[in-house]
Amino acid sequence: MSVFTAFDHPYFTHALLAGSGIAAAAGLVGYFLVLRAQVFTGDALGHVAFTGGLAALAFGYDLRLGLFAATVVFAVLIGALGSRGRSDDVAIGSVFAWILGLGAFFLTLYSTRGAAHGTAGVSVLFGSIFGLSAGQAKVALLAAAAICAAVALLARPLLFASVDEAVATARGVPVRALGLAFLVLVGACAAEATQAVGSLLSLGLLAAPAGAAHLLTARPYHALALSAGLAVAEMWAGLGLSYAAPRLPPSFTILAVATAVYLATLVTVRPRRGRTVTSRAVRGNVPGWPRL
Amino acid sequence: MVTTMSLTDTYPVWSWNPVTDLRAMWAFPFMVNAFRAGTVVAVLAGVIGWYMVLRRQSFAGHTLAQVSFPGAACATLLGIAPVVGYFAFCVGAALVIAAIPRAGQSGSGQEAALTGTVQAFGLACGFLFVALYKGFLGGINSLLFGSFLGITATQVTVLAAVAAATLAMLAVIARPLLFASVDPDVAAVRGVPVRVLSVAFLVLLGTATAATSQITGTLLVFALLVMPAATAQQLTARPAVGLAVSVLVGLAVTWTGLIAAYYSPYPIGFFVTTFALGVYVFARLARVLAQVLARRAPASARLSGSAV
Repeated sequence: MSVFTAFDHPYFTHALLAGSGIAAAAGLVGYFLVLRAQVFTGDALGHVAFTGGLAALAFGYDLRLGLFAATVVFAVLIGALGSRGRSDDVAIGSVFAWILGLGAFFLTLYSTRGAAHGTAGVSVLFGSIFGLSAGQAKVALLAAAAICAAVALLARPLLFASVDEAVATARGVPVRALGLAFLVLVGACAAEATQAVGSLLSLGLLAAPAGAAHLLTARPYHALALSAGLAVAEMWAGLGLSYAAPRLPPSFTILAVATAVYLATLVTVRPRRGRTVTSRAVRGNVPGWPRL
Repeated sequence: MVTTMSLTDTYPVWSWNPVTDLRAMWAFPFMVNAFRAGTVVAVLAGVIGWYMVLRRQSFAGHTLAQVSFPGAACATLLGIAPVVGYFAFCVGAALVIAAIPRAGQSGSGQEAALTGTVQAFGLACGFLFVALYKGFLGGINSLLFGSFLGITATQVTVLAAVAAATLAMLAVIARPLLFASVDPDVAAVRGVPVRVLSVAFLVLLGTATAATSQITGTLLVFALLVMPAATAQQLTARPAVGLAVSVLVGLAVTWTGLIAAYYSPYPIGFFVTTFALGVYVFARLARVLAQVLARRAPASARLSGSAV
């Protein structure tokens, strides 16, 4: 079986188009997620995406409406509550476990309505990228392009605010508004990634390429581009692998490639002092660092 | 093709007479088994969970729970009993976490990225095993969100034996573990083997997580492992009382969850998380209220004194 026969199938081209956009968005957002040490917010928003998606299905709305509405609303809520100081992990973990439980409730509600079949929950949890229609792929690609454009627009002030919040505030950067806008982007990205690899695995797509990029270079713009590039390459490799070996689901192959790349980077690149982005890098005028 | 029965037609009706209802429910051997297994798991999770929350290792518990899903799916694929998969993967993962220093706690961005990637990859492996095992797709929801159907008498015996062994182990190390959890530095100076205790506790946590996953499902272990313990620590700082409250909350949540799940088409994981979160939120509110009242009482006394 030649690789080129893959493009004869419309489902594969749809998956490739939507997947490339989603991976690029996840790579860009993921870079900031790792930089700001907010990886677990991404995890939490993935859980919310599951419940939102199934709630929409249970009440007869479009799946994507539920995904985006739930993740964006929760992102704003997290942003609003987060300013009062960090709550303990037990409280956060308990609330998100309950949200997953609520998702299981909506799943049963949906599957006992009769019209649906029991695999809806599985495809929201673990994704079904080969099941995207032409229209769904187009919307996913457009939404991903919008997320990428927003990240590009916010990149400069967001980098400053993430690396040295105090100095950024003193320089008049609207740190709080930026943080909130970024959380909304993370929410939208989690909703996008759910359509590709599912809500449980979206965290891998956000964290793995970004983690590898952070290890490979300390220059912010290089790392940002590298993170997006790695994510897209991993998406292509995963889709190709799953097409060549149909017994392996695409969500697994994408995650497997992403994890393998990250672990290989972790083994070969020893994290050294000065390899990570620090506020000293800003003050020391590291070449390539945006002058603000 | 998976054929599913229409669920809504087959559900028993709650008659508002608890005695007849319980008798009708326990006429089914699977419900008796579910109550036995639930009770064993609630006690085990309540005790181990109390130590876990005290040691701030709930993140390690979360990771171990995610690992139990590929464990059970792998065992099913290989044709072994899922119980074996649960315990083998969870205890194995506990040993791995113990081998990596500072693992199991959410730290910097890079560490969190690694942990998140490994967790997502574990879930993806579970999904792969399920996809390779054709016709099992219906069972994936009960692995993730819990099920009380199909718990066999053998499973109850295995759970009871594991729980007894785990609790006996914990009873042996309970006092030094409490000391090492509350103040590790002082404990180390006094000659308590802090590192050995920490490894031993992680293994115990692995077995408790594996047992809890079988009732609440992989994604909802927090319901029995964390929420009752967190409730207890909101209410009391005394270890013995706290352990008792944690176990009692766990038992109450499990029993009411089982009854609600029996009389409705919805999964047990939903009811258990909802009830447990409800109790936790209530405990937090009660504590806040108590603090406000305590602050107000002297303030109002002073106010009325100055007004006179």
